[in-house]
Amino acid sequence: MATQLIAIENTKTGEVTEAVYEHPFIVRLCHWVNAVSLFVMAGSGLQIFRAFPSFGAKIPQKDLLNWPKSLAIGGWLGGALQWHLTFMWIYIGTGLLYLGFLVFSGNYKQVLFVPRDISGVWPMVRHYFFFGPTPPVREAYNPLQKQAYTSVIILGALSVATGFAVWKPIQFSWLAWMMGGFHYARLWHFLIMWAMLAFVFGHLVMVVLHGWNNFVSMLTGWKKDPEYIAK
Amino acid sequence: MTTRIDKTKFKNRTRRELLKLTPVIALGAFAIPSLQEPLFKAGLGFSDWASKLLFRSGHLATTFSDRELTPFSKFPINDYDVDDPGVDFDRWTLTVTGAVQKPGDYALAQIEALPRFRQNTRHVCVEGWDVIGRFGGARLSDFLKMLGADLTARYVYVECADNYYESLDMATALHPQTLLCYEMYDQPLTREHGAPLRLSIPTKVGYKQAKYLTDLKVMNVLERVGYWEDQGYSKFYGL
Repeated sequence: MATQLIAIENTKTGEVTEAVYEHPFIVRLCHWVNAVSLFVMAGSGLQIFRAFPSFGAKIPQKDLLNWPKSLAIGGWLGGALQWHLTFMWIYIGTGLLYLGFLVFSGNYKQVLFVPRDISGVWPMVRHYFFFGPTPPVREAYNPLQKQAYTSVIILGALSVATGFAVWKPIQFSWLAWMMGGFHYARLWHFLIMWAMLAFVFGHLVMVVLHGWNNFVSMLTGWKKDPEYIAK
Repeated sequence: MTTRIDKTKFKNRTRRELLKLTPVIALGAFAIPSLQEPLFKAGLGFSDWASKLLFRSGHLATTFSDRELTPFSKFPINDYDVDDPGVDFDRWTLTVTGAVQKPGDYALAQIEALPRFRQNTRHVCVEGWDVIGRFGGARLSDFLKMLGADLTARYVYVECADNYYESLDMATALHPQTLLCYEMYDQPLTREHGAPLRLSIPTKVGYKQAKYLTDLKVMNVLERVGYWEDQGYSKFYGL
């Protein structure tokens, strides 16, 4: 999908601003629906975890982490399962719609981390974390962003796979086996959630750092004054 | 060449794009208490429907070696009410009603006379813990055949001495690992584990595996589904 670029002219002042159509409708829709469902899945998941805050078998039962109820969704195990087993379909549906769209529209090129991006990762890390020089921006997402987005898509798929292994350890016994058994599937499911939350944290920091125009682009699709010239 | 548009035109365009996202607001329905019940009913119903599709009658739950068993003394005793509802073993019978050719009161000996199966299977609790136990008993499918039950009926419903109640879909009731269990670890069932008769269903979560059975009914329309299901748990919860 060729990125659209337009010039916005203020007829009164004659001032011209460029804008680029960065996020197609399906991407924006999936982004916001997924933001809600990820929040619900994590919150209800933590309430479910409260019922047995440990890993492995029942014995010996050691509470690994007493997660506070105030940071969980659902109120009790049954309530949390209702949230979790309802939103998982929204979460999966959104994921499939998003991936399908990326593939069929060709939009995956915007987010997919490919070998030629590897060399660009370190300059971005140096820029973000060690006050290094700003690397030239050539496309919507820089190599580090692509790496983050590609990783989180994989994490999303793994969260579903581990979830199915926990939910249906017999019908999907092969999935549970691949993860090292039922106990490990549960542990992986938990760790993947934290990895995704770590992404969300970094993502939010970056959204704040990159300002209003960048944020608005996920609402309207259009980004004013892009740092790059769209191809 | 880039298209050039007027600022107002651009504003209208972005506003339209923003408005396209209004369907996202529909998710807010989940925050409205009066709408939560029907929404979760639909969500859980869909999950149960998918679970039924995923259930394979011929697919067996993993069995384990004796070495992998949780020691009997450490097998958790879980019930919603009392460990021992005080069943009088001498007078105990299983009362069978519903869509069966031979309803009536069945003695434990009649169930024990059916072929005995012993299996080391994982018992998974809805809370997330699990233990591997050794269960022995008659196949529920053998018992249903003995009763001349209508195997096309939809449910097997049970009631218990502690007023617990449960129901099973017929496909799971007929699964070869679904047992009318009267033994654990090769010993007669103890009172706290559901003596004299309980269900052992490796393909279902723990709350489906009712203890202290007193009544069994083969039926098509359930008045109530199960003690926990009627409080909001999944009706099917197959593993």
